[in-house]
Amino acid sequence: MAGPSEKNLLKPGVYYLQGNQACAEGAITAGCRVYAGYPITPASEIMEHAALRLPQVGGRFIQMEDEISSASVLLGASWAGAKAMTATSSPGFSLMQEVISFAIMTETPLVIVDVQRPGPGQGYITTSQEDVMQARWGHHGEGSIIALSPASVQEMFDFTIEAFNLAEQWRTPVLVMAEETVAHMREPLTIPPQDQIKVVNRKKPQDLGISPEEFLPYGHAMVPPMANWGEGYNVNHVSLVHHEDGNVTKYNRDIHLDSVSRIQQKIEGNTDHIARVETRFLEGCRHLVICYGSVSRTAVEAVMEARQERGIDLAFLRLVTLWPFPEKKLREIVRDVDTVFVPEMNLGMMKHPITEALRDRCNRIVPIPTLGALHSPEMILSKIYEELK
Amino acid sequence: MMDIGGGREVSSSGRYEIRIAGFGGQGVITVGKILGTAFSVFEGKNSVNTQSYGPESRGGACRSEVVVSDGKINYPYVRKADVFVALSQLAFDAYIAELKEGGILLVDPNSVRDISERDHYEVYEVPTALIAHETGNAKYQNAVALGALYPLIKDYLKESSLREAMDENVPPETREANMAAFAKGIQYIKDHYHK
Repeated sequence: MAGPSEKNLLKPGVYYLQGNQACAEGAITAGCRVYAGYPITPASEIMEHAALRLPQVGGRFIQMEDEISSASVLLGASWAGAKAMTATSSPGFSLMQEVISFAIMTETPLVIVDVQRPGPGQGYITTSQEDVMQARWGHHGEGSIIALSPASVQEMFDFTIEAFNLAEQWRTPVLVMAEETVAHMREPLTIPPQDQIKVVNRKKPQDLGISPEEFLPYGHAMVPPMANWGEGYNVNHVSLVHHEDGNVTKYNRDIHLDSVSRIQQKIEGNTDHIARVETRFLEGCRHLVICYGSVSRTAVEAVMEARQERGIDLAFLRLVTLWPFPEKKLREIVRDVDTVFVPEMNLGMMKHPITEALRDRCNRIVPIPTLGALHSPEMILSKIYEELK
Repeated sequence: MMDIGGGREVSSSGRYEIRIAGFGGQGVITVGKILGTAFSVFEGKNSVNTQSYGPESRGGACRSEVVVSDGKINYPYVRKADVFVALSQLAFDAYIAELKEGGILLVDPNSVRDISERDHYEVYEVPTALIAHETGNAKYQNAVALGALYPLIKDYLKESSLREAMDENVPPETREANMAAFAKGIQYIKDHYHK
C-alpha cells in the first residue's frame, strides 16, 4: 500500500458510525483505492463516504453515469493492480449482473456491496433480503460466487475487509449482501491496530518466480497468478471460453469443460474453507432456527426467550456466508431435528438450499417470511409457539 | 466476527430503551445520534441507534431510537420503551402504546395536547419549541428537548458525555447556540420539576 496515505487510515479506537460508513472504512483498510459508483437509497452513504475518504488515502473516486459503468470501472482498475469496489442497492444490483458474470469468467478480483431494498421493481426503500438468490443465480452462465451476510456495524467493516481478502485469494468477484437495517444503524465500531488486521493480496507471477516468457494468464494453478498491466507480462483478459494462454481460437470441448469447471470448482470445491456458520445450543437440539444477516439479531433473541420462557429445546444457526452454500457443513452439524424455522425478509429464498441440505435431517421446514421490515422477536416467537404447541 | 448471541446474555430487562419522535425536521434523528455517541463513545456502554426510514418519515412521524446496554444488544429496535420523547401529536399517537407503564414521557405540550392515559406514565411537559424560539432560533428545539431529557436519565450518563457527543454531531458554527438551548432544557426541568 502507498506509504503517505497510511496516516489517513482511521486510528485504532471506538467510533460510532453508520453501517454504510463502516463498510467504506473497511474497504479502505483492506487496501481499496478505487471506488466507482452511482447513488441509490439505501446504499448512498457508502459512496458519499468513499468520495470523502478515497482522496485522503491516495485513492481515486469516480461517480459514473449508471451502475453498469460503475461496475465496469472495477474491471479495469483491478487489471491495473488496484483493489476496487462499488456499492448499490437492489435495482442497481440487477444492472451489475453482466459485469459480475464477466468478472467471474475473467477471474477478476473485485467487491460489490448490495444494500438490499425490497423489490420487485423500485419496490420500496426499506430493508430486504430479496436478492440472496440473485446473488448466486443472477449472472448468466456457470460460475460460482462468494457472498457474505453482515449483521452489525462491526461486521460491515470486518466483512468488507474479508470480501477483499476472499476476492484476492480466489481471484473472483465477492458480494457483501447487506441490508438497509445494518446499513443505516449506528453502533460502536472498534478499529483494531492495522497490524492486527489480516489483509490478503493477490498472487502475482513474480511472487512465484514465473517469467514473462512462461506466463499463462489462466494457468499454473487452480487460482492462476494474476499479472498487472504494464509489468511486462502477457495480460490477456478474456471472457470468451479460453485456453490457459488466453487464446480463444484453440477452442474445443475439453478446453471448455476444463476451464469453466475450474472456475466453478475453485469456489465450490473450497466451500469448507470459505463458508462459515455460527451456532448456539445446537448439540442434541430438537428444533432449530436458521437465519442470516440482521434477522439473526432478532432470531437469537427469540431463541433465548423461547428457551427461557417456555423451555423449548430450540437452537440457533446463522449462515455467515450465503454462497458458496455450506451444505456439507450443515449436514455435519445438523443430524436429527424435528422442526427447522427459517425467518427471512423475503417470501422464502434460502429455505430452498436449506431444505435440500437437510432433506433427511429434519421432519419439516417452516418459513417465517416478511417484507420491508425486520421481524420483531414477537413475530418469530408467535410462529414458533403456534407450530410447536 | 460478531459472534451473535455470544458473550454476556442480555434479556429484554437488561436493555434501556429511548425513543424520540416528532415531525421530520425537528431534529429527532440528531438527538438519537448524540445519545448513542454519548453512551457508546463517552460512557463505554453498548448502544444501537436506529431511525425510521422511508416516505413516512418525511414530514410525518419521524422516529429515532437508542437501545442501551452494558452487554450485547441483539434486536436493534425498541421493544418496550423506558423513555419516550414526543414532539408532535402524530408521533405521540403512533408510539405511545410502546411506552412501558410507569415509563418517562417527555412531551411538548404545545404540540402534544391530548395525552391519553396520563396516569400510566411519569409525564414531563416542556415547551421545547417555545424555549428554542426564545433563545433565538426554533431549530434548536431538539437541543432543548435533549437538555430536558438529561436530568430524567442522568443515572445512566454524565452531562459531560452528552456535551462531548453534541460537539461531535452538530455543525461547529451552531455549537454555542446548541449548548445554550441544551442548558435551557436542563434549567426548565430544574425549575418546574426540581430534578
